Amino acid sequence: MQETVKGVERELAYTAVAWNEPIIYQLSKPGRRGSMAPRPDKKVEAMVGDVLSKIPEEIRRKRLPNLPELSEPEVVRHYIRLSQQTYGVDSGISVGVGTCTMKYSPKVNEALVRSPKLTDIHPLQHEETVQGALEIMYRLGKWLCEISGMDEFSLQPRAGAHAVLTNAQIIRKYHELNGELDQRNEIITTVLSHPCNGAGPAVAGFKVITLYPDETGIPNLDALKAAVSKHTAGLMITDPYDTGVFDRNIVEYIRIIHEAGGLVAIDQANANSILGRLRIGDVGADLCHFNLHKSFSTPHASSGPGSAPIGVKKELSKFLPVPVVAYDGTKYYLDYDRPHTIGKTAGFYGVIPNIVRAYAWIMSMGADGLMETSEVAVMNNNYLIQKLLKVRGVSLPWSESHPRRLQEARFSLQRMKEETGIGVDGLNRRIVDFGIQRCFPAHEPPIVPEPFTPEPPESNSKEDIDKFAWAIQRISDEAYSNPQIVQEAPHNCAIAKVDYSPSKDPKKWALTWRAYLKKHG
Amino acid sequence: MGGKVGLKGTDGEETVQKAKQLGATQTSPERAVEALQKLLHIKDKFELITYPFDMGEQEAKQCGFDPHVIGRIQRGATFASDTKAAAKEMLNLRVNLILFVGGDGTARDIYESVGQTVPTLGVPAGVKIHSGVFGVNPSRAGDLAAKFLQGETKLQDAEVMDVDEEAFRMGRVSAKLYGYLRIPYEEELVQSTKGGSPAILDEKTGQQVIAEYVAELMEDDWYYVLGPGTSVKAIADHLKIAKTLLGVDIIQGGKIVASDVNEEQLLRLIEGKKVKVIVSPIGQQGFIFGRGNQQISPKVIRKVGAENVCIIATRNKLLSIPLGRPLLLDTGDEEVNKMLSGYRRIITGYKEEVVTKVSA
Repeated sequence: MQETVKGVERELAYTAVAWNEPIIYQLSKPGRRGSMAPRPDKKVEAMVGDVLSKIPEEIRRKRLPNLPELSEPEVVRHYIRLSQQTYGVDSGISVGVGTCTMKYSPKVNEALVRSPKLTDIHPLQHEETVQGALEIMYRLGKWLCEISGMDEFSLQPRAGAHAVLTNAQIIRKYHELNGELDQRNEIITTVLSHPCNGAGPAVAGFKVITLYPDETGIPNLDALKAAVSKHTAGLMITDPYDTGVFDRNIVEYIRIIHEAGGLVAIDQANANSILGRLRIGDVGADLCHFNLHKSFSTPHASSGPGSAPIGVKKELSKFLPVPVVAYDGTKYYLDYDRPHTIGKTAGFYGVIPNIVRAYAWIMSMGADGLMETSEVAVMNNNYLIQKLLKVRGVSLPWSESHPRRLQEARFSLQRMKEETGIGVDGLNRRIVDFGIQRCFPAHEPPIVPEPFTPEPPESNSKEDIDKFAWAIQRISDEAYSNPQIVQEAPHNCAIAKVDYSPSKDPKKWALTWRAYLKKHG
Repeated sequence: MGGKVGLKGTDGEETVQKAKQLGATQTSPERAVEALQKLLHIKDKFELITYPFDMGEQEAKQCGFDPHVIGRIQRGATFASDTKAAAKEMLNLRVNLILFVGGDGTARDIYESVGQTVPTLGVPAGVKIHSGVFGVNPSRAGDLAAKFLQGETKLQDAEVMDVDEEAFRMGRVSAKLYGYLRIPYEEELVQSTKGGSPAILDEKTGQQVIAEYVAELMEDDWYYVLGPGTSVKAIADHLKIAKTLLGVDIIQGGKIVASDVNEEQLLRLIEGKKVKVIVSPIGQQGFIFGRGNQQISPKVIRKVGAENVCIIATRNKLLSIPLGRPLLLDTGDEEVNKMLSGYRRIITGYKEEVVTKVSA
């Protein structure tokens, strides 16, 4: 046994690349250039004339933009260094980053989306010239209908929260058309749903009523009954929750909300445990969404171009954002003819590379493969739960009612924090010393104290999960025997301790260099 | 010191004597040591000032500190007046933090002496802990103090509560809100890094947001009975009405009707009016009625009607109540407790409500 532990420790030996790399603007030297474009040929110049004179006066810059000035090798070195300081599924174990479904995305699908056949098309091209791309979009929509039990999908939303907002707008439009919007101004959600299930309807103008779980980890039906009234416009919740608990009251919720005249939208951003097992449309939900960048193996792209298609029942399809990709039996086309549409919710039609990746992934898995995906993900998770529950200071809230979980589980380090002073912050600062990505704590509000939420999707091997569990065990041992090691961590990483305070202070946070200069001088 | 001999606190000299006769020993020295040990690793970075003998000197030295001892007390016989004097002297020396060991009685002494002029933090060692000014346990209080001294914490107002010990010994809980101390707290580090902006508002902003919403819902011809505490006071502040912090006040049409009323005045003033009561639960404990707002008595609640009791709480406050524990009622009248029980809506933000369980 001792031998094995030493073996794991040796395998996890890690020292991060730690460059002291400034912001690119700080590297700038006036006048320095990467490459110089040659002057145009005299003949060409004469033919084209003064192109710049055509730029209208009002949009002309008086001063050159403040761009960093560097040579080509400096630029390459800068970005290579930054890339060496990143961490992800392709470089190590990301089991800790639950709710995100950090599955490995096959490289063959990357090759597909880099094909010039895809990269060379433009969204403003005539539909007849992009039949292939439209066919992929159309067919992906149909498959998602099959997977969810819905009647029609829109591929437009770019992220989970965008999908929830879109669904809230559809619910709004539905009541507006029925002449009931003034009265129906409340959306009910649950506190363990992703917070966008409250934020989306709030942005759409609704009042938001949040249900808290009872001692079983899901809300009591009486709580929902107390919340429902003539003001109810709908229910928007996540199911399964990111505690890995499936809300078994869902059928009752749907009945109660429908009886009250509301609609039900289920956030299945993370569907990695239910593929082929549960079709939310079959139990009466009116709207739902999937995040392709979770269950369907497309990259998250660092909060960049995600893709979160929404699905609706046919009664609601007239409200979908335009255009919808349609098929008339001979050709695919963009259908703008929806008089009751909520309008456009994003530019063009969707994030085509992610749509293609998801299409390719589903195609390669097949129906049986999707079911197997969920089976393996759930097994992985329950294997990990059994390991982590043996670790001192770790507990799993609501484990009496829900000893087994679906795709992930939300643990608490409250006991460890009270007994040793080491909580989830310490755990996360230490775990990176072993070359393992930090754990996702919880979405807000943090009703589970000192939370962490690992999720081992199907692409993780047993060895990955064992190593992750070993690291958690090791940190617990340290917390109880020599907490200083954890308090002073990380020891092997690029940045020792992150000061989060500026991210919470609007006077200090800066998302651009210009904002940084303005706020910090 | 009275806990293990069943005295429910040792406020009052007679009770202290009685406790000693019953064989009570102080638990606070070991608690103090437990907390101070957590400060040892930064001992060269700050000066520890303490009072003589068992008011801190012994414990500090036992831990390996070399404290600066001030004040004079009689060895083995210390009183509340010594606690107050010590806090005052420390304030005059401009200390950064007063770390005190005890229970609600000690917290009250500190509050009376220094109020909100200096950050303070309690190491829990008393029988009665209703106040929110204490660390979870002595070690965590020590950690928190160390983090505060290293600039890793923020400050917030925490309730100083105390029960009437005389009544408590008779089996009744009659708690009062005495005021607020400024205590350090560690910001939850569970901030999702997926988003760039702070997801949870700080306590004060949270209260202002609720106040703005409640003010919008108010109608001119209704009387509003405003309970004690900072959350409810924020509504009056928003309306630019001067409200007492610890008392119950009545407002109508944006004006004060009566300040700091007792039960009798309250009953008389609301007679024949349309009335709503606005209250906020006590942090950590979760009591809505029966802790510090006894003026809003069962009679008052019956008159107003359960449906006109409006509960407000910031999300932080709800989070301070242990997971799964309902909000609590102790009106002293079982029937009224029942009227108010069940799943109720709590206003937690602008157009934001939470449905949670309320029970006796």
